[in-house]
Amino acid sequence: MELVLSIAIGVMTGCGVWLILRPRTYQVIVGLALLSYAVNLFIFGVGGVKSNLPPILEDGVVSSTLSDPVPQALVLTAIVIGFATTALFLVVLLASRGLTGNDHVDGRNERK
Amino acid sequence: MTLSAALLTASFYPALAQGNVLRFEAQWLPQFGLNFTLRLDGFAWIFTMLITAIGFLVVLYARYYMSEDDPIPRFFAFLLAFMGAMLGIVISGNIILISVFWELTSIFSFLLISYWHNNSTARDGARMALTITGIGGFCLLIGMLLLGNIVGSYDLDKVLASGDVIRNHALYLPALIFILLGALTKSAQFPFHFWLPNAMAAPTPVSAFLHSATLVKAGVFLLVRLWPVLSGTYEWFWLVGLAGVLTLLLGAYFAMFQQDLKGLLAYSTISHLGLITTLLSLGSPLATVAAIFHMLNHATFKASLFMAAGIIDHETGTRDMRRLSGLFRFLPITATLAMVASASMAGVPLLNGFLSKEMFFAEAVETHADSILDKALPYIATLAGAFSVTYSLRFIHTVFFGPKPTDLPVETPHEPPHWMRFPIEFLVIVCLVVGIVPAYSIGPFLHMAVESVLGSQTPEYSLSIWHGFNLPLLMSVIALVGGALLYVLLRGYFARCADGPPFLRNLRGQRIFERVLVTVSWRWARLAESRMGTRNLQPQLRWVVACGFLAGLLPLYVSGFEPRLLRFTGIDPAFAALWAIGIALSLGAAYMAKYHRLAALVMLGGVGLIVCITFVWLSAPDLAITQLLVEIVTTVLILLGLRWLPKRNPDMGAYISLRGRFRRFRDLVLAIACGVGMSFIAFAVMTMPVPDAIATYFLENAYAQGGGRNVVNVILVDFRGFDTLGEIAVLGVVSLTVFALLRRFRPASDSIDMPEQQRIQNRFDEERPERAPGDTVRDYLLVPSLIMQWLFPVIITFAVYIFMRGHDMPGGGFSAGLTMSIAFLLQYLAGGTRWAEDRLRILPLRWMGGGLLTALATGIGAWFLGYPFLTSHFRYIELPLIGKMPAATALLFDLGVFSLVVGSTVLIMVALAHQSVRIRRVRSNDAATKAEEA
Repeated sequence: MELVLSIAIGVMTGCGVWLILRPRTYQVIVGLALLSYAVNLFIFGVGGVKSNLPPILEDGVVSSTLSDPVPQALVLTAIVIGFATTALFLVVLLASRGLTGNDHVDGRNERK
Repeated sequence: MTLSAALLTASFYPALAQGNVLRFEAQWLPQFGLNFTLRLDGFAWIFTMLITAIGFLVVLYARYYMSEDDPIPRFFAFLLAFMGAMLGIVISGNIILISVFWELTSIFSFLLISYWHNNSTARDGARMALTITGIGGFCLLIGMLLLGNIVGSYDLDKVLASGDVIRNHALYLPALIFILLGALTKSAQFPFHFWLPNAMAAPTPVSAFLHSATLVKAGVFLLVRLWPVLSGTYEWFWLVGLAGVLTLLLGAYFAMFQQDLKGLLAYSTISHLGLITTLLSLGSPLATVAAIFHMLNHATFKASLFMAAGIIDHETGTRDMRRLSGLFRFLPITATLAMVASASMAGVPLLNGFLSKEMFFAEAVETHADSILDKALPYIATLAGAFSVTYSLRFIHTVFFGPKPTDLPVETPHEPPHWMRFPIEFLVIVCLVVGIVPAYSIGPFLHMAVESVLGSQTPEYSLSIWHGFNLPLLMSVIALVGGALLYVLLRGYFARCADGPPFLRNLRGQRIFERVLVTVSWRWARLAESRMGTRNLQPQLRWVVACGFLAGLLPLYVSGFEPRLLRFTGIDPAFAALWAIGIALSLGAAYMAKYHRLAALVMLGGVGLIVCITFVWLSAPDLAITQLLVEIVTTVLILLGLRWLPKRNPDMGAYISLRGRFRRFRDLVLAIACGVGMSFIAFAVMTMPVPDAIATYFLENAYAQGGGRNVVNVILVDFRGFDTLGEIAVLGVVSLTVFALLRRFRPASDSIDMPEQQRIQNRFDEERPERAPGDTVRDYLLVPSLIMQWLFPVIITFAVYIFMRGHDMPGGGFSAGLTMSIAFLLQYLAGGTRWAEDRLRILPLRWMGGGLLTALATGIGAWFLGYPFLTSHFRYIELPLIGKMPAATALLFDLGVFSLVVGSTVLIMVALAHQSVRIRRVRSNDAATKAEEA
């Protein structure tokens, strides 16, 4: 379980890093999305990996066996903020595209 | 106001005369030992009197000096603020507080010097003064921190009580050097003296107040204040003494050759401050008495001289001594007053300057530490005394005597109004009174001040004019005669020479200062920028990633790695298969993102879905719901944006340069390293036993204190409600930014055209008169769009359901809000932007504002019931039909979250979707203009 998840996190991080180092804005936005998946899963994984024990209190369940709610709360906010930054970045991307006429991250195609 | 401050200070005198110390203490940062302590002893009292009394006189003088056109309120505001800061230095009872006020005086002096800010000399002088005194102030703060560290307390009383501890401490020398750097820069001591003459670009009342009586005295004030604990060592003697003697001599030498009246006074001030510093360096109590006495005397005669110079400038329009002469016939009273004051400066008997100078000579003769400096001191003192006689004579003789001036800007100068002259008269009378009957005028006050500094060390001293024929008197006579002779000899040279002294004219501190400044702030900065700076995003990101990778590696390197911590727990084949797909998809997304954006987006969405399934699998239903909804909205957003990106074909970049290949290879290595490192860390973290952290607290108290069974939701809306409030505020800000950016956005010209299919359909519509353009598309999508329209109420109900169950079951404000916005989104998809905009009035801004206010009001409501911000209250209520309902105030907070999420998401989407309407409008406008041109 953990092995699979950690390999997945690694692959997504690698893809994300590769993409954010590319010169095209769209590649960067996809890269950021992949990175945020990886980071969210990582933070989530810090609390331990448990199946079928959601942190929802029921009568007769020992609360300490449930999975850790704190990383989940953190990741929940991270997802929402990630959505907001993606939206913002998308619009900045479009605005920069409109202003400079190309989709290079520096606003120009040729390298200085 | 200054007068009342002076009177208030005067009223403290009886309490202090018995040697008491008045204290006022207010808690500031008690945990760091920093308190706002004010402390008034005899020495501080006499300084306070000096500041407030001269402050009052200067304000009176400035009332007449400043012209109608100058912004007067700004001037007086700065002047009074400066006075406040200066009083703060004097009466602070905490050494950190002293350096805070110290910085304040630097800032206000900067503002006052640059008061005539359209004058470039004033700006340069102010900047230089600020740089020098600012650096000094910083050093002082370091010194004070060291001092406080040595003593263990920042309280001035405690510091003053532990002189031996300080002098024997290993950190004594660094502390001393830093404090001296602060004090010497402030008091314009060599080699930091050059800012003071340049600060003379300030209005003359400022020069009179700051650069004679107060600001520059702050340095020597501090030296006197800390004299009991710092002085008496070999280092003190050499550092302070060398600076003082050099300043004394060089200042006097420079002063003789100045052509500017205020320049002469500025250098003489430097010289007199050097005298005070020299006295303090000697380390004998009697010398300290002389230093304190001279500080007071200097303040009186120098302030009056500055004001006299101001009157001359004001009445004649120039301060150049080569142009001024014979003013006695126009300004007899001012001339007389200036003569008395400069006689005091020269140390003529029957004036206060004579007394302290006599004391200085007496101290110079005494041998305190056996060294060359000490042996040379009597000769240096006499020489400097002679110089000061020369420049005083020069000041008086050139300006007031001689032939009638020929090239004055003003035809016939005349006496100023009486109240402008009053401050000078007052100060000169003080000079005379102190000079003639010192024991009855200044005596008791001086004694009080001396006693509060020296305590039990207070020596016997006598304040009388006549001590009999002794060596100091002889030195005085030599200085007077020698100075007069020197003046007669050099008179011709003075009248013609350029500004500045011979031999040392080219040694300009100012030029060195500027060169250093240019080197540091321009050349080094440029060098650093050209070496390390870049305006390109990629190198910056590369550095960030590389640093992040190294930072991750560092702890492993430092603390070693133990592989036995890792344990393998088997692999669930289904989960592995799921992630095999996920990995393939994410690699595919990375590969496709350059040329096949849509494919990359689809794959990205696939990865998102697999992440979502993982959350379900690993018992995080809330995350799964939110992830799913966010995934939908993000995909739609990017889809909306895709059409504005330029076309990119694989054959465009067929040729890749060698550098490009290298760059890619480097990035690939970096990416793989990061990926491997990340999975390694992730595996290590996940397989380690989870320590008993705060999770248990939340799990145990969620129901008891938050009234909810869904712990994640309770954390969000109750325990960590304040974080959530901040987060939804961020969301709101982002959506407003998006909205604002898109209002200005002009769609790019070579964006994707209308698709081929749509063009065929539109042609089909246009050929038939009974059909409007777009009908075919509508017909094709009739069934799905109808279903989507019908889904609208269903989804809204679903959103309400998710919202209501949020406190006990997976769900909550975030997911409900996203669901709700998907309902709106579907209407846009179903009917097209125009259709939806015609029928739906969503007003996202109101949703957002309402949401934020609801959340805030819920939080504030707790205040009214006497609880901290965002304390929630809960209970169950019975509703007809629905049954038992949890009704926590957290639910209301969640309602705010919900409303804001709906508002922001919809605002972003509407703004993006609206672009498609705009681009059509832009195109039709273009077409219309082209048709017109044709």
